[in-house]
Amino acid sequence: MIMATLHLFMALTLSPLLLGIINRTKALFAGRTGQPLLQLYYDLAKLLRKGAVYSRTTTWVFRAGPVIGLASVLMASALVPFGGRPSLLSFPGDFLVLACLLGLARFFTILAALDTGSSFEGMGASREAAFSALAEPALLLSLAAVALRSGRLSLSSMLVSPLAWGHLAPALWLVAAAVFVVLLAENARVPVDDPATHLELTMIHEVMVLDHSGPDLAFILYGAALKLWILGAVWVGIVAPFGGMNPWTGTLFALAAILGLAVFIGVIESLMARLRLSRIPPLLVGAGVCALLALLVARP
Amino acid sequence: MLIVLFSIGFLLATGVCARLFQRTAAGSTRIGAAGAAAGCAVGFMAGLRALLDGHVESLRLPWSIPYASFFIRLDALSAFFLCLIFGISALCALYGAEYLSVERDHETGGSWFFFNALVASMAMVVLAHNAVLFLIAWEMMSLASFFLVTSEDEDPAVRQAGRSYLIATHLGTTFLFALFVLLGRSTGTLDFDGFGAAAGAPSTLLFLLAVTGFGVKAGLVPFHVWLPEAHPAAPSHVSAVMSGVMIKTGIYGLVRIVPYLGWPSVSWGGLLIGLGSLSAVWGILQALSQQDIKRLLAYSSVENIGIITMGLGVWLLGVSLGSPALSLLGLAGALLHVLNHAVFKSLLFLGAGAVVRQSGTRRLDQMGGLLKRMPWTGAAFLIGAAAVSGLPPLNGFVSEFLIYLGAYRGILSLPGASHWPFIVVIAALALVGGLAALCFTKAFGVIFLGSPRRDREVSLHEVGPWMRWPMAILAASCAFLAVAAPWTMARLWPGLLGPLNDVVITALGFSAIALALAGARFWLLSGRSVETAATWGCGYPLPTSRMQYTASSFAQPIVSLFWLPLRLPNLYEPCWRVGERFLKRFRWLQHGRVQLYVLYIMVTLIVLMVWKLG
Repeated sequence: MIMATLHLFMALTLSPLLLGIINRTKALFAGRTGQPLLQLYYDLAKLLRKGAVYSRTTTWVFRAGPVIGLASVLMASALVPFGGRPSLLSFPGDFLVLACLLGLARFFTILAALDTGSSFEGMGASREAAFSALAEPALLLSLAAVALRSGRLSLSSMLVSPLAWGHLAPALWLVAAAVFVVLLAENARVPVDDPATHLELTMIHEVMVLDHSGPDLAFILYGAALKLWILGAVWVGIVAPFGGMNPWTGTLFALAAILGLAVFIGVIESLMARLRLSRIPPLLVGAGVCALLALLVARP
Repeated sequence: MLIVLFSIGFLLATGVCARLFQRTAAGSTRIGAAGAAAGCAVGFMAGLRALLDGHVESLRLPWSIPYASFFIRLDALSAFFLCLIFGISALCALYGAEYLSVERDHETGGSWFFFNALVASMAMVVLAHNAVLFLIAWEMMSLASFFLVTSEDEDPAVRQAGRSYLIATHLGTTFLFALFVLLGRSTGTLDFDGFGAAAGAPSTLLFLLAVTGFGVKAGLVPFHVWLPEAHPAAPSHVSAVMSGVMIKTGIYGLVRIVPYLGWPSVSWGGLLIGLGSLSAVWGILQALSQQDIKRLLAYSSVENIGIITMGLGVWLLGVSLGSPALSLLGLAGALLHVLNHAVFKSLLFLGAGAVVRQSGTRRLDQMGGLLKRMPWTGAAFLIGAAAVSGLPPLNGFVSEFLIYLGAYRGILSLPGASHWPFIVVIAALALVGGLAALCFTKAFGVIFLGSPRRDREVSLHEVGPWMRWPMAILAASCAFLAVAAPWTMARLWPGLLGPLNDVVITALGFSAIALALAGARFWLLSGRSVETAATWGCGYPLPTSRMQYTASSFAQPIVSLFWLPLRLPNLYEPCWRVGERFLKRFRWLQHGRVQLYVLYIMVTLIVLMVWKLG
């Protein structure tokens, strides 16, 4: 219980750091100094002190979007185990609730984007809705493979048991690949989306939040960071279960792993370009096929 | 039991009265709607009491028709469906009272007569415990809904929809005739009770007949072709009853009859899961590519019937593989989704009806910005849209969760060879969940958000209280049914309390966090400058409503990805053409003279008598 609360506290406080690490890594590769590691914390503090500007077209749906988005991600963060210890809330099927909470956040982000009546934001919303619909089967089939392997149905017991993958290591790698693609797609990272692009026509996630400002934008940025932490923790839990360890060393190892994941994402973003839009559905369907293969291989 | 019969009789009587006193449209509407609402309210209370008490009542009266008896039984399954039928129909009747009032100048007496007859016959369908009585009620239900579908028969598209509905429903009933004849032949009785002893009958054939016959009514792919034509053609409160309740009688038939067909083989559950996943994916793909709001909702009903059928498939697999936990999750998930879908789909149809009546169009791309003009309808439609997308903390999520959980349990607890159906369930549910979110963000976003796309939309106003309140009650039920699910389901199946409790606690936790954040936002913004400006258009200062993303552009990525299934031709078209060419030869029999038709009947009767007596 104490460890679970500590882990939740870590997720809430350290998640903006992940984006700082990704940006620092990219700057390093590009030969720039880059923004400070804590840039997102400064941004959040600044935005929370500001007023807001709303589009005349918008309604209460636009104002509710960031609140519901952040609330569902916050609730989801209580469901994810970390460092081999169970999470604050765990029950059979909690990963389904996690997926649906992320879906709820997306639903309202999309509606808030459509509420502005802007064609750019509509375009981003349409792409986000289409790609996440294709990512969903990959995530849930991957988790089915993990569930089958561990014989359990709650994230806390699925991810903490030192997985007896043994000679089934190929299945583990397939699952890891599938969940990693889902992680990149859901968090709007290269090669699915480029958060650093400067053209509204090419963005997916960033373009949906163009009209938000002040505390609303702070909620959205913080929610996005937390979502990266949540899916990162799930991925780390799948590939590197620290279940057998002392809780404190487990926590340290998991923290190192999730920060390493941020560096890895930064390396990927530096080394490859964004895929053409028409190439993204094959990537996501491919992730789904990987998950399906893993599920077939992972049978006892 | 007697109270339920009384309410059925009351419905029929008020329907007849509405037809008789149709000198003024307002008068017959008042009689018909008030009678329907009152009859349904009484029936709903009686059904609810029977559901909560849990004891079985039956009533059998002799009947002169051979093998038939007036045998009705009220058990938990019937009571569950009765509550659904009466509850939704009462709200739709109240809504219809206002919907029809300014609608048109022509008479409404006939419409109320058939509406009340439809409700009464649906109630009779779920009560009947004898095959003859069941088929009579089933036919009455089909005919009453046919006349309701064609109530705007001056439109050729409506006549066409009505015709295809009439043909489809009768073809479906033919399969049910065959099913009951075969069952009756092997058991010697047509009472449902006696079917248990159907030894020696080819049970897989019977199962296929049942799936086809009931599948046509439920709108299961590939028997769904009539549904997206007929549901949009009817007036909106009738569409709500048809999509929300009437197609569920097909599901009721499956749940009622299949247990009598003997021990299910593994292939039965596999077949249901296959048809269900096909319906779900096909339905939602068609729905998200639609331009017409009511067609979109009708296709989404095909999707939800698919989800329910997948749940029934998990149930049958659980039975045949000897896993009670699995069959419990499947059946409970399917029945709960029947209830949830009835609530949110009728809510969505009522909301769409309000929008269509005020704006005069069903085309999504001509609407926009209606949330500011119709705030009540918009809020209710948003709740329905979130519920149908299976999102917490609303009811659609709870039932999908049970079916998901059944599929995961199936993978975990059964040997490897039987995993395939469950993998299909998980993949289909996941894909359908994402696509449903796309479909309904499109529907809500294009109709209610942004700015109006036509000048006419600017001056729209909200509908009156009789249309508003039924929507508000249904929207509240979407939240209530989710929170109450652990207790209501645990009353029927105690094993479900555990898994559902945690889900509802998480959903409530989410709601509490959302409220806290809303409070925090309010506190942060109070006293600060909150301004309004034009939408950001990359520096372009004069955006117009025509620059908005449209419904078709919103759905384009998925439509272009799934172009192959979306462009498949209608498979029945060639069959109809061959049939038409053959039947054209008999056209000389049909010349529209009533005297000759009477002669045909006479000749048939005499031939039958000679054959029987000679």
